[in-house]
Amino acid sequence: MDSIAGKKPALTWAVHIAVVALVVLWVVPTFGLLVSSFRTTDQITSSGWWQSLATQESQQPAIRIEGDEAQKDGLFAIEGNLYSGKGGAVSKWGTSSREPEAYAPGDTAELNDGLKLTVQENGDFSLTSPASMADMRLPRVFTTASTPPEFTTRNYTNVISSPRVGQSIGQAFLNTLTVAIPATVIPILVAAFAAYALAWMEFPGRALLVAFVVALLVVPLQLALIPLLQFHNWIGIGKGYLSIWMAHTGFGLPLAIYLLRNYMVGLPKDIIENARVDGATEFQIFIRIILPLSFPALASFAIFQFLWTWNDLLVALVFLGTDNDKLVLTGNLVNLMGSRGGEWEILSASAFVSIAVPLLVFFSMQRFLVRGLLAGSVK
Amino acid sequence: MHPALQAVLVILVGVGGCVGYFYASNLFLDKVLFPARGPEAGRNINRANMIRPWLFLAPALIALCLYLAYPVFATFWLSLHDKSGAFSGLDNYQKMFAEPKFAESLRNNMLWLIVVPAAATGFGLLAAQLTDRIAWGSIAKSLIFMPMAISFVGASVIFKLIYDTRDANLPQIGLLNALWLKAEGGPGSFLMLRLLPFLLILCLMLGILYVGYLVARPLWAGRRAGGLVTAGRVIGGLVALFLGHELATWLYGIATATLPYGQPQAWLQIPYWNSFFLMAVLVWIQTGFAMVILSAALRGVPEDTIEAAILDGANPFQIFFEIKVPQVLGTIVVVWTTITITVLKVFDIVYAMTNGQWETQVLANYMFDKLFRAFDWGMGAAAAMIIMLLVTPILIWNVWNARKEMR
Repeated sequence: MDSIAGKKPALTWAVHIAVVALVVLWVVPTFGLLVSSFRTTDQITSSGWWQSLATQESQQPAIRIEGDEAQKDGLFAIEGNLYSGKGGAVSKWGTSSREPEAYAPGDTAELNDGLKLTVQENGDFSLTSPASMADMRLPRVFTTASTPPEFTTRNYTNVISSPRVGQSIGQAFLNTLTVAIPATVIPILVAAFAAYALAWMEFPGRALLVAFVVALLVVPLQLALIPLLQFHNWIGIGKGYLSIWMAHTGFGLPLAIYLLRNYMVGLPKDIIENARVDGATEFQIFIRIILPLSFPALASFAIFQFLWTWNDLLVALVFLGTDNDKLVLTGNLVNLMGSRGGEWEILSASAFVSIAVPLLVFFSMQRFLVRGLLAGSVK
Repeated sequence: MHPALQAVLVILVGVGGCVGYFYASNLFLDKVLFPARGPEAGRNINRANMIRPWLFLAPALIALCLYLAYPVFATFWLSLHDKSGAFSGLDNYQKMFAEPKFAESLRNNMLWLIVVPAAATGFGLLAAQLTDRIAWGSIAKSLIFMPMAISFVGASVIFKLIYDTRDANLPQIGLLNALWLKAEGGPGSFLMLRLLPFLLILCLMLGILYVGYLVARPLWAGRRAGGLVTAGRVIGGLVALFLGHELATWLYGIATATLPYGQPQAWLQIPYWNSFFLMAVLVWIQTGFAMVILSAALRGVPEDTIEAAILDGANPFQIFFEIKVPQVLGTIVVVWTTITITVLKVFDIVYAMTNGQWETQVLANYMFDKLFRAFDWGMGAAAAMIIMLLVTPILIWNVWNARKEMR
């Protein structure tokens, strides 16, 4: 429709640039964390993720010289490479932590006991001594070197199979799955029957019930925490999986009923009335006609509920508890942020494990998600 | 039993139980209670049809009442009791209103309530309008929509990396500080940190004041309207005035403040502004939602109105602001209220990023604090009731709309 208007090229370019800017602004935060999760600890602390493709100049941890000594021209000598040939270019080096940048590559440092150390730019060193160094503590070398970019998947393998209790993301992943799947499946069926009754059955008080559901749609679940915890303690299930499944089912129902009712109302009236005339019972109509026809609405609610239960923190904290073996991914992540807030290699990899499944669901079923959003809001 | 096994069992029992319940109760109704045969067949069919809706509704209704309706009253009842469980009237509320931390959370919540829905809806509208006009719009949309799938906690980790701060002699790994340290007080940083923000905020302030003027104008134009509409106009005008004042103080600050160039900032520990850094996370998540819905609404604007405007010589900005926006105003209100409800319940972001330190407390986190750190259930319930109170106008408005639609 906009194409009718005489398009101004300048304006079109402005639109393209503005959209690119918006998209970059929205993608960069996630992208930064994704890049960080594949970098080594040293790389993360020595430079920002946006420099991860550049070679970096940074101070390396001290390296103690080791190697077999050989006799040469009446001197004892050890030769080798500081980085064991893995690459890296020395720009400055030193032999004490106070002066880590005392020498340039190729310089010779004179140490105690007549030791002489030379370090080349590529990391090759030679250490010579007038006496045997077999029983001597060999010197340490501090280097400032530029290292090539390095990427690794070790962060992921580390966090998934971490042996430390309460920090194993693998365990938390299973817990989250255990919470999310029943909490997604159970409300659907309960809600579908109710939605059918509200959409296609005539009975007094129907409008009032719809209003009731709409009202409950916005009741903050914060209000439900204490009374429900008391109720669960009273019926004896306390904190646990059963407790959280029931809570998620209850909290998900209003949206489920509302979405499904809105969809079912729009189904063609003829089909249902024909079926009634043909003598089908309401149960048969529901199972054979309504359920298959409502598949898109069922799918979009299922996606919503799955994303919501997977991403939820509050309900899990309250109804599942904070025991280490029952932590869900979000709870685990919050704990990590508190206890190991500076260790980005752990945090970033853990965060990506926890958002991988929702992102997968999102990108594969975006169509249903959008449809559900539209059905739930534009009314 | 292993939890995973338990989960499979629960799915089976739950689904089987549901189907079994509906099937068996139907069968019982039709064959045993009111069989459609015998002398009273006709009456029995009618009776069965009267009861059947309630059979279908029963499980859902019981769950709804128990899990959402009853807690509202139970929480209110709890809020009238003190720590030991004795009835204490409105003591909890009095104590709470006297607490500085509560006043702080209320103030922050108000800020969140104004900024987040406005920013998310605004960005959403912008993104919707722009992406609808270009070929690769659907890809752009899906990328802006993506944060919807990320949990609040995950988003907090993502943004914590951006806000990361380290000592001045170390390399910065937080994007915001790295950018900040690029500024050194020369003409470049004057342009980027003073002139540009000043102009942007000036435009924003004038825009908000203009919208407020438009909303409030009928008040003194003497047009008669219902009480609700008048109240809405007064509130709208006042909010615009408040925002205008707030932005004016910002302008003053931008013009006069001396900026600490060259020093990395701990963004989450600067009182007042840190709330905005937390809000950015929620805006980032919610913009996609606003965009998707507004984009559908914009596409639903009748083409002939736009064609007519083009024939009359309207430029693209006029078409957008004077033809399209008025026609999607209803959708904008729906998006705005939906985000408002999300904001009222926001808990995870504050809990994960600052836990209410450095004056960032909000109501939901304040309540969690009272419940599970102070173990004062009465106070927690009172805080929850305040959240409920703030939601109530939206609740009434939603129900009113739904009733209107049912007729």
